[in-house]
Amino acid sequence: MSLAASTIAALRQRLLAKEISPRDIVTDVAKAIDAQNASIGAYLSWDLEKALKEADKADLSQPLGGIPIGIKDNMNVTGEPCTCGSRMLAENYTAPYDAGAITKLRAGGAVPFGRLNMDEFAMGSSTENSALGVTRNPCDLDRIPGGSSGGSAAAVAGNLAIATLGSDTGGSIRQPAALCGCVGIKPTYGRISRYGLVAFASSLDQIGPITKTVEDAALLLNHLCGKDVRDSTSLDVAVPDFTTAIGRDIKGLRIGLPKEYFISGIHAGVTSAVNAAIKKLESLGAIPVEISLPHTDVGVSTYYIIAPAEASANLARFDGVRYGHRSAAAGDLMEHYMMSREEGFGPEVKRRILLGTYVLSSGYYDAYYIKAQRARTLIRQDFEQAFEKVDVIISPTSPTPAHKLGELKDNPLAAYLEDVFTIPVNLAGLPGISIPCGTAEEGGKQLPVGLQIIGKPLDELTVLRVADAFEKA
Amino acid sequence: MPSPQIDIRHIAKLSRLALTEEEAVHYQEQLTRILGHIDQLSSHTLDAEPSAHAMPVFDVIRPDIARPGFTQEEALSNAPRRAMDQFQIPKVIE
Repeated sequence: MSLAASTIAALRQRLLAKEISPRDIVTDVAKAIDAQNASIGAYLSWDLEKALKEADKADLSQPLGGIPIGIKDNMNVTGEPCTCGSRMLAENYTAPYDAGAITKLRAGGAVPFGRLNMDEFAMGSSTENSALGVTRNPCDLDRIPGGSSGGSAAAVAGNLAIATLGSDTGGSIRQPAALCGCVGIKPTYGRISRYGLVAFASSLDQIGPITKTVEDAALLLNHLCGKDVRDSTSLDVAVPDFTTAIGRDIKGLRIGLPKEYFISGIHAGVTSAVNAAIKKLESLGAIPVEISLPHTDVGVSTYYIIAPAEASANLARFDGVRYGHRSAAAGDLMEHYMMSREEGFGPEVKRRILLGTYVLSSGYYDAYYIKAQRARTLIRQDFEQAFEKVDVIISPTSPTPAHKLGELKDNPLAAYLEDVFTIPVNLAGLPGISIPCGTAEEGGKQLPVGLQIIGKPLDELTVLRVADAFEKA
Repeated sequence: MPSPQIDIRHIAKLSRLALTEEEAVHYQEQLTRILGHIDQLSSHTLDAEPSAHAMPVFDVIRPDIARPGFTQEEALSNAPRRAMDQFQIPKVIE
């Protein structure tokens, strides 16, 4: 097996045994990128020389020492581009600082390597909204990798990375992980610093790892989580050793099955894969319990008010003055703003800025925004009540396997509705993981299906424990 | 909840987006459809306090201790246009 196809846990053993060096790993990953990125399109850019220099200096005594990690192109890494998949930042932006999550990764000994494609400003579920290139699903190159962290998932699934970082606002780590057949976890809101993550919807955004195994996810979480004074929403709570969740049994754990999530309209292959997964968990000693999340049906509407509202405010910073695209055509200052933004942003970003501006505008604020904030409270309370009866909640990650490229292109509403199972987790701030659970047949191909496991706030340990037991069974 | 009647030109101006004629028609149509779906919220009695985010963290104040920031050069390093070590913008005063 090539080094690029290996896991963090396996590579660390070989590094410590001095069988290989960090330079070997970076070189092998670069070789895989050279060979396959032209067809998969996971990476937008990578700087081999810089990564080799950092690999040579890596502190192997640290738990992630010498491991290269691919970074979604919306997190700042000093001296590297940070395009957010947008023309707005593609021309001449070089990050002058490290994001909080990158600082932590470095402290753990890891080497950031490569910038991964994404839906523009993380808005989308297919990576087709990137202005800078197409990313394809390594399982079927005619299909989307999911999104918005599509490059991060495709790189891991295609063995073009050991592991990567993504960000998740409404499912953007879990859904591409599901569609590409890898592991993706969004921790509790506030676990990982958002400092230096280009903001989309600040009350929902959360960074997390995409990996080949649950154990690797736990290893990365150990070094990503923790208070950062530069992000006022980051939580000042103890960070457990997440690897203690690995290799345990799940006897007697109560697994909630929300009746609102097991409904018609889900792809038949997804339903049967998830049902088989539930049987498998049962055979491992878990106890399935039917639960209800009565406000599930308002989740998508609530999200598509809150997220665009916050995005319209966050993206106001792109004014063509301090950084980003500046129109050459503009006359006065107003024209300068309007033309720079018109030229710099792509269609989905404009759509969401317009939607967000509308729901926040005078006369509509109470009708839309405040109403959505009330719905968010109810969605969170649904989960609180459910978690009185169960330890984790199980669902499909996505109602369908990967679509063909272009299939939902002109139907944004249909695309939005596919986020139905992942969105409530962000609205409630909960930890959620997607792990591979078999395949579904579509167009003569077997495509990966993801199982979502949702936990109580700050209870990533139980989420990882169930995920690991399932993965190894 | 009001029925969605979107003055797309007004919203575009608030958004600081110089939409083309074609885009304006396109977004008007799409937003009407999306808002039509979102309006299902109005059929629910949403009897709860609004929450701005999911975690019970309020009024975070950082310690009043100086910490390093960007140098002037770093702050200006990504400016599309600069003059005399400052950001340059189109003339605003006649």
